[in-house]
Parts: sequence; C-alpha cells; structure tokens
Amino acid sequence: MSHHIVELKDVHFRYPDGTGALNGISFRIIHGESVGIAGANGMGKTTLLLNLSAHLIPTKGEISIGEVTLDKKTRQEIRKKIGFVFQRTDDQLFMPTVYEDVAFGPINLGLTEEKVDERVKAALEMVACLHLSNRPPHRLSEGQKRAVAIATVMAMDPDILVMDEPASNLDPKSRRQLINLLKGFEHTKIIASHDLDLILDVCERCIIIRDGKVVDDGPSEEILMNEDLLKENSLELPLSRQYQNLKKFF
Amino acid sequence: MTFDLEFFNIGYLDTLSYKRTFVHRLDPRVKILVSFAFILFVVSLPKYELSALMPFFIYPVFLMNAGDIPFKAIAKKVLFISPFAIFIGIFNPLLDTEIMLTPFGIPVTGGWLSFFSILVKFILTVSTALLLIAVTSFPGICEALERLKLPKLFVIQLLFLYRYLFVLLDVSLRMIRAREARSFGKRGKEIKTFIRLISVLLVRSIERAERIYQAMLSRGFRGEIKVLRRHKLGYRDIAFAAVSVSLFYIFRNVNVVNIVGETMKSLSK
Amino acid sequence: MHMADALLSPAVGGAMWAGTLGTIIFCARKLKEKMDEKMIPLMGVLGAFIFAGQMINFTIPMTGSSGHIGGGMLLAILLGPYAAFLVIASVLIIQALFFADGGLLALGANIWNLGIYPCFIAYPLIYRMIVRQNLTPRRIMIASILSVVIGLQFGALSVVLETKLSGITELPFGTFLLIMQPIHLAIGLIEGIITAGIVMYVRSLRPDIVDDLEGVKALTSGASLKKVLVVIAVLAVVIGGAFSWFASTNPDGLEWSIEKIYGKPEVPERTNPITENLAKLQEKTAVLPDYSLPTKNEQDNNPAWPAADPGTSLSGIVGGIMVLGLVLVFGIGIKIMRKYRAKT
Repeated sequence: MSHHIVELKDVHFRYPDGTGALNGISFRIIHGESVGIAGANGMGKTTLLLNLSAHLIPTKGEISIGEVTLDKKTRQEIRKKIGFVFQRTDDQLFMPTVYEDVAFGPINLGLTEEKVDERVKAALEMVACLHLSNRPPHRLSEGQKRAVAIATVMAMDPDILVMDEPASNLDPKSRRQLINLLKGFEHTKIIASHDLDLILDVCERCIIIRDGKVVDDGPSEEILMNEDLLKENSLELPLSRQYQNLKKFF
Repeated sequence: MTFDLEFFNIGYLDTLSYKRTFVHRLDPRVKILVSFAFILFVVSLPKYELSALMPFFIYPVFLMNAGDIPFKAIAKKVLFISPFAIFIGIFNPLLDTEIMLTPFGIPVTGGWLSFFSILVKFILTVSTALLLIAVTSFPGICEALERLKLPKLFVIQLLFLYRYLFVLLDVSLRMIRAREARSFGKRGKEIKTFIRLISVLLVRSIERAERIYQAMLSRGFRGEIKVLRRHKLGYRDIAFAAVSVSLFYIFRNVNVVNIVGETMKSLSK
Repeated sequence: MHMADALLSPAVGGAMWAGTLGTIIFCARKLKEKMDEKMIPLMGVLGAFIFAGQMINFTIPMTGSSGHIGGGMLLAILLGPYAAFLVIASVLIIQALFFADGGLLALGANIWNLGIYPCFIAYPLIYRMIVRQNLTPRRIMIASILSVVIGLQFGALSVVLETKLSGITELPFGTFLLIMQPIHLAIGLIEGIITAGIVMYVRSLRPDIVDDLEGVKALTSGASLKKVLVVIAVLAVVIGGAFSWFASTNPDGLEWSIEKIYGKPEVPERTNPITENLAKLQEKTAVLPDYSLPTKNEQDNNPAWPAADPGTSLSGIVGGIMVLGLVLVFGIGIKIMRKYRAKT
C-alpha cells in the first residue's frame, strides 16, 4: 500500500438537470486516516462520495488521489485505487454466486486464474464469508450481503475504502461485526453515515456537510459532542453519548 | 393462485436446486440433453399409445428420488397446470368416437385413448421440466447453455435476469401489498392505477440497472464478463447419459409393457 | 398459458426450435456490433421487470376478471427488436423451467410465437412507422394498439397452426381459430392501451429515459427500405412455409378453396422468386417424416419412429400396471439407498 493522499480543492458539482449538489468542498485526507462524513439527507454526502470514487467528475475544482488529478482520462486508473461500497448491496452483488462476484474485480484487473483464486479466498476470509462461496446472493441475509460486498471491493486491493451508509438495515450483531471489521482495516477509510455512533467508533475524524459545503472538520470526539453544531445540521448527539449527558443530571 | 404463493413457489424450487446429491452434481449439459431426448421420445409416441408410456416414468421418478425432491412439490405444480391440457385434449373423446379396444368387454373409443395419452404425456413432460431445474440450479443451466454454444451475450443477460428476479419480485410484492392495504375489493385495481404502479416499477428497474452498471464500472468492467465453468464431463455423466438414452430408445421401440403383460399371463397359467 | 409439450409433435417442435435458435444467434450478433455495454444489466433487469410486472393484476373492464401484461411490445419499444427478442426468450425460459409454463420442447415455439411477431413485424412495420419522430400521445396510443394487436394475432395464428400440424389434438382447426383470434384481439386491445399508457407515464416521470430509447434512436437514423423488404420477405417465407406445409398434408381443403377462388382445380403457374422458393420448401417438407398427422391407418407406415404396438387389451393393461409398480419400487429403492449413504 502506497501513501495516497486524497485532496479536494474547492470542488463543485452540478447535476445535468441543474441541481447543484457540491458548492466548494475542500479537505485533505492522509494515508490511513478514517474519516466520517455526516450531514442531513440531501446535503451532498452521496454526491461527494460519487465524486471521490470517480463516478462523477467535478464541474469545478479539483480532486486528486495520490498524485493523480481526476478527469475523464484518469478515471479508470483512479477507480482501481478506490474501493467503493454502495449503499444498496443488491446493486453491488450482481453475479450468480458469491465467488464470482468477488472474482469479478480481480479478473478485470487482468490477473491469472490462480491469483484471482488467491485474492477471492483471502477477501472472503477477511470478512469471514468463505463458506458462502457458492451461494447465490439472493440467498444471503443483509449482513452477509454487506460483508460480501466489502469482500468484492477488498479483492481489488484498493488503497482507499469509500463506503455509503454501511450499517443501514443491519441487525445489531451484524452491525457490531461490521464495526470490528472496519476497525481492523489499515486502509484510508471514508465513510458516509447517519449512524453517528459508528462514526464515533470507527473514525477518528469527522466532516459535517451542509448545502454542499463543509461546515466543520475535526476530531470526531469534538465534533460529535458539540450539541449545538449537530442540531444546526439536523443531527443529534450519538446515542451512546446522550445517556452520558443525561448522567449529568443525576 | 395468489401472488404470494407463486412467489414462494419459485423460491422453493430454486432452493432445492442448490442441493448436492448425485443427480445435482451431474454435468448440466448432460441433464439438459437427456431431458430433451426424453421429451422427444415421449412425444413421438403415436397418439393412441397409452400403455407404452408407462416405462417412461422411470426417468422423472429417478430424478425425484435420487435428487431428494419432495413429491408434493412437483405434483402440486403439475396439477395446477393440468386444466390447460385437459381443456385442449377434451375435444378428442368428443370428436373421435370410433371404438378401438374392448378390454374386459368395455368399449373404449379412440378419443378417450388419445385423451389419456395426452394427459400422461403431459405429466411426464411437465414433471421432467420441473425436475430439471430442481436438480440443476439456474446458473448451472446457463453454464450448460453457454458450453452448448449459445451466444455468450444471451447467457450473461439470462444470468442477470435470474439474479434480479427475486429482488424485483420482492419490490413488486411490496407494491401489491401497499395497494391492497388501500384498496377495497375491486376498487384500486383499475387499469389507471395499474399503469401508474407498473410505470413506477419500470422506472425503478431502469434506475437500478444504471446503478448496477456503475457498480460494474467501479470494479473495472470493460465489456467482457466470464461465465464460470464449474463442471467437467466425467464417467458418471457419460454413463448416466448412455443408460438413460438407451432405456428411452428401448421403451420407444420395444413394447416392454406387452412383454411384461404376456409374462404375467403365462406365469399365472 | 403457453403451449405444452404434450400437444406438439417432434417435427413441429424441432422446426420451431431451429427457427428460434437461429434468431437468438442472429440477434446476439447484431447486438454485439453496436450495443452499448450498459445494455447487458439493463436487459437482465428489464426481463426481471417483466416477470415482476406480470405478477401485478388489474381488473379487465366489463368482465370483472383479472389480467396481467405480456410485455413483448413494451420491451421492443424500450430496447429495440434484437435485445427485446433475447429478453422475451429469457423470460420464457425461466417460466418454462420454474413454473412449467410451457414445455421444454414447446419452448422454441413459444419464444417464436411471442417474440418474432412483436419484435420483427409489429415493431418495425407498425409502431415505428406510425410514431416516427413525433412522440405525441395520439400516435403512441394508435401505434401501440395496432402493433400489439397484430403481434398477438400472428402469435395466436401460429399457436393454432402448430397445434394442427402436430395432429395430436382433435380440436378442429376452424373452431380453435375461432376461439383464439377474438380472444387475442380483446387481449391485444387492452395490452395496447396499457403499453401506450406506460410509455406516456414513464415519459412524464423521466423524459430522459423515453427520449433515449432504442426505438427513438433508431428512428432518427431512419428505417432503411432494405430492412423493410427483408422483413417482408421473412414474413412471406414464414407464412408461405406454414401454409404450404399445411397444404401438403391437407390437399383436399386447399384444393377446395382454390376451386372456389379460381374456378379451376389448380392455380395458374406464375413463376417468381418467392413461389419458386416456396415450392422448393414444399419439396423439402415432404421429405420430413410424415408422422405429423398420423391417422389410425398410418401408424404402421411410420419410417422414422417405428410404432410400438398399441398394446391390445389384457396384456397391455396388466403389463402397464406392473411396469408402473416396478418403477415405484425402483424409486423407493433409490430413496433408501440415498438415506443409507447419507448415514455412512
């Protein structure tokens, strides 16, 4: 894993039908950092992630990953470095069996059959789903699908992991397993989520987005304990901290 | 049949298809070709042939028992579709009234013979088709189709259809439930509402396809997809094919039933 | 409800399979040349959509019974003829396997009946011709209704022909036709209206989808005269082939109608490439084993499939029951063997 720096300089993005989504975002993420992206719905989180993972290209401003600036030509190259886990697992798992889904990426990277097999098995081991190799995706539980979706991305050996609402629809146990899994990854992680407790648990840094702009950017412990800031952005204190605050009254 | 029932039915056969019995592990190409041969032999029997059809039951019975497929699952489906065959076939006894046999002194017309022949052929062919998928799994069938030289493009989109079938059925089911919760009897099922519902389903499906394409791109897709080849032709497959087709040939060309009948007659003397 | 195997003869079934497979290969090739790679997931998802859509019923006005869409023409409008044919084929394959809706042998015929006419006749010759580049509601409605109705009429006619040519059911050709055509006319009207409704409503939700449709794109490139002629030629061969086959096995009926039309027992010879080819086809079909219409006397003259004895009276019945019994015992034996193996 090389040292890839994610840098956004005054990034704007406007959809073809005119709706503006990103209005000047700038930040810098260094290798190995885990950053949570929080904000109310419709504020630009998903658009930001899509830009970061080279599915969309900024209409103004610049994104650079490693030393490469994102544009139409460098798109493919940048996608190789980024593992994007979609919000809806059904969109991500599109092959007939788990094995083939995880193998899809490595095969497209041009690896040999043996290498592909190695990668697939390693990725599935990582998420504890090796026994599900021959299952069709529609026979998996939501938690299993989520784990396999992560494996499909890890098999490509990305430098940066970008995830959109990874814990949505998970039962508590699966959610805990996911959190532990993420904490074990050394990659750079950029996670958009409503689950502020997850961000608190996994990410040491948090960025709050509103109206397509960065409202605050700093250590999660600070940002996510700032009640006023959170309220302004249609958020609340992480549930685990609400209780602690209540304790003050007793 | 309510929608729910139909939805779970397809899931049931699908679940059965992932078992690992001897039959399940046979090469899917062999299973497809043998089943096709079976149907051809059965259907090629002349229209008044009834008793000669009996030995053919051995194939579906074998698949069912060796593949651990519950009899009820197959029987229910066959029964459900039978009205169609009965409706078409019932004209035979009505129009064909020439008497052909008189077993035990009871006159039987050609019409009834051909009618029952149609029914038995129907049971044999339908159960075989169901058992084929029940012991093969759909990706297995797709793999076989590709290796049997069907265009790869066709097979790949077939696999996609299968993959998203259950997802969309689920979406559809939820739409129906939502509609049911707000409609009473026939109201709410008018064409106008239907058009709205299905158009929304269509738009959502197209948007889903767009997202899937994005997911494919994000994993390096450049136009080529590989269909995994899991099966290799082995002794078992070839033996199975050889034995089955030989049996079919014998049953088709030698009146086994008559032989058995004559043997019984002579034994009882 | 699609055609079942039990009502089809091997010859008819095989012939339809040949036609369908040929078309599948042709469509795949055509698509490969100019297809956007986006189409692959789109085709699969739309196939699943048709399935899911067919599960939603609506009440048919004035009858109170419920119906569901077919979707063939809708697919042709959304994807263009080649992709639509493949998707229709896929949907039917799944229906045949999981629902036993239509047999495996009849699958070739079913795909042909439900795919060829909407995609290669109704869509290019009717829908596109009417809609051209104006997607006005009126044009869409008229075009949809006409193309769906005609597609279904051809399909229904095919079913009747295939059943008749197989000769297994005694259902009279005329009666069958009289039942099928009007029913499919009514179905076609409703489905045509619904198809138009869907296209228009989708347009209101997401205009970019409709304007980007295969159909519209193809429209702007202009339908070439050559393509139209090819389609008409295919049509002629299909219908001509079917009728000549029918004629070759039912000489009386054809002669009777020819007499009525021309007042003479035979049509005056008019050579042109089409009839020459039809005559050639007729020769070929005469070579195919004539067991497509076996009568009681002809059973024994069957060269390709030697007939088994009809199994007369007692030995037939006794033997039949014994054999079934043996098969049952065999089945139970297998079950026991499996359970034994599973334990060890």
